[in-house]
This record gives sequence, structure tokens and C-alpha cells, in this order.
Amino acid sequence: MDMIDRRLLDEYQHDLPLDPRPFAAIGRQLGIAEDEVIARLDRLRQGGTVSRVGAVVRPNVAGASTLAAMAVPPEWLERVAALVTDYPEVNHNYQREHRLNLWFVVACVDRAGIDMVLADISRRTGLKVLDLPMLEDFHIDLGFGLQWT
Amino acid sequence: MDVSARELDLISALSGGLDLCASPYARLGTVVGMSETEIIASLAALRERGIIRRLGVIVRHHELGYRANAMVVWDIPDDQVGVVGRRLGQCDEVTLCYRRPRRLPDWPYNLFTMVHGKDRAAVEAAIAGMAVREGVDHFPRQSLFSLKRFKQCGARYQHRQAAE
Repeated sequence: MDMIDRRLLDEYQHDLPLDPRPFAAIGRQLGIAEDEVIARLDRLRQGGTVSRVGAVVRPNVAGASTLAAMAVPPEWLERVAALVTDYPEVNHNYQREHRLNLWFVVACVDRAGIDMVLADISRRTGLKVLDLPMLEDFHIDLGFGLQWT
Repeated sequence: MDVSARELDLISALSGGLDLCASPYARLGTVVGMSETEIIASLAALRERGIIRRLGVIVRHHELGYRANAMVVWDIPDDQVGVVGRRLGQCDEVTLCYRRPRRLPDWPYNLFTMVHGKDRAAVEAAIAGMAVREGVDHFPRQSLFSLKRFKQCGARYQHRQAAE
């Protein structure tokens, strides 16, 4: 990863040019060609550093979501986590250090869909699922400041 | 929240990211039946209204060496959670800051902040420093470090049919 890659990651988290040729506009700012900008972003995406070039949308604009938590007996954790991950409605799924050790986000077009997924997971696992929907969002999203040292 | 059906289509079509091609807005337009000019105008308007918070390169913390993250949860009295939430939501250390319901007796915490760092010690130091600096060190809190990531992708709001 060279300086150009770092600038691509650092300086374009927020304001992708709303120009018909956004990558050409970035290239002009970085002093490289449009197709090199595209090739570099594609490589960073394939390598997993970049998840996508796209939008971060305010939560629950296009649907409903919730954060769910479960206290899973350790010996079941891998199996329950795999069961949860299999739902297309689940977009994050983490093991965390707590008695409530499995945390995941469920997103659907409406709240009824979420209720259905949570009830289904609870029924299939026999475990309680805590439903912790967002009530208020306090974060000012400025992207993520990277420290390269 | 006033988001038109066309705007929802656009947001949905954008959820997997732009195509990495010379004219990505025109390409997106072919998916949702809008012209390039309409796409660009709509995206500008959605950003202006704060529906789209940012448009650009979405990085993965973990792959960039930010291998530790903690969900720091706080038990803040209901009449103070707005003030404390707004304060913590502006901190450089914090990448998400939400109020959520308590679920007693299982779960007493009502404010959730996410803190990322290169390792656990860095995250713990950031949390401790922030708590003192922002005057919130006296509130009960817990740091739930992530141990394993089973799944991470952008939100796709799925249709779930009642018949399933």
C-alpha cells in the first residue's frame, strides 16, 4: 500500500465527487489516470480493505433494523452463530466478551419482518433473544480517521 | 421522514456499492430507471438532507490493522442520556453512538458507543481517557470487546414474506 492508496482511503470517505466521471475527478486531484483510480479501488476492494464505494445511510431510512443479543452456552456458540449468520436479514454478527456473547444486527423492510426473524431464531435455538432497537442516534459521522504510523 | 419511493429505490440499488467503472452514476441509473443527471441530483439532495451521511470509500477497520473494537455500554439516567449521548457522539474515539432501550433484568445499559483501535490496550486507553475527559467516568459502563466476527456486510433491508 503506497501513498496514493492511503490518500484514496483517507480523503474520499466522505465526498466522492458528484461528477459524471468521479474517478477521473479523483485522478486529477491525485495526479493519476482515471483507470488507475478504478484499478486501485478494485484491488483494495478485492483485498478486503475497502468494503465498497458507496453510501452510509442514516439508520432505518429504507427499513427497520435492530441490534439483538443472546446468551449462548459456549459449547453451542459456533452452531448458533452459523444459524444466525445464515439469515440474509443479518448483516453483522459478532461474538463479544460478556454473558450475552452473541450480538447481531437484523435489517428488514419493516418492523414485522424483524419480529419474525427474532422469533424464528428464538424458536430454533430455544434461547432468549434480546431486542435492542435504536431509539436515538447521536453520532456525527465524519468517516474514520486513519493513523498510518 | 420524507423519502420518496424513487429515492428508496436508489438507496436500495446503491446498498452494494457503486460499480467501479468510468461512469458509475450512469450505470446506477440504468438499474433504477433514472438518468445520470437525475441520479447525481438525487444523491446531492439526499446528502443535503442527511439521509445519506456520506458517500465515498467505505473502509473495513479490521483489514486496516484496527483489530480491536469494543462496544462500550453505559447506564445513564434517562434525563441525562441526551446530553451525554450528544457529547460522546462527537468524540473522535467513537464511531457509533446510539440510545437503545434497557431490558431489565438482563440488560441495564441504555447508551451504546463503538470504539476501534489497533489493539486492546489502545482501545482500553482510549475509553478510559474519553470517560475522564468528558466527565462521564462515574456512570456504570462495560466494554464488550469483540472476540470473533462471524459476519459483516452493509445493511440490505430484506423483504420477509409472512408466508415463510
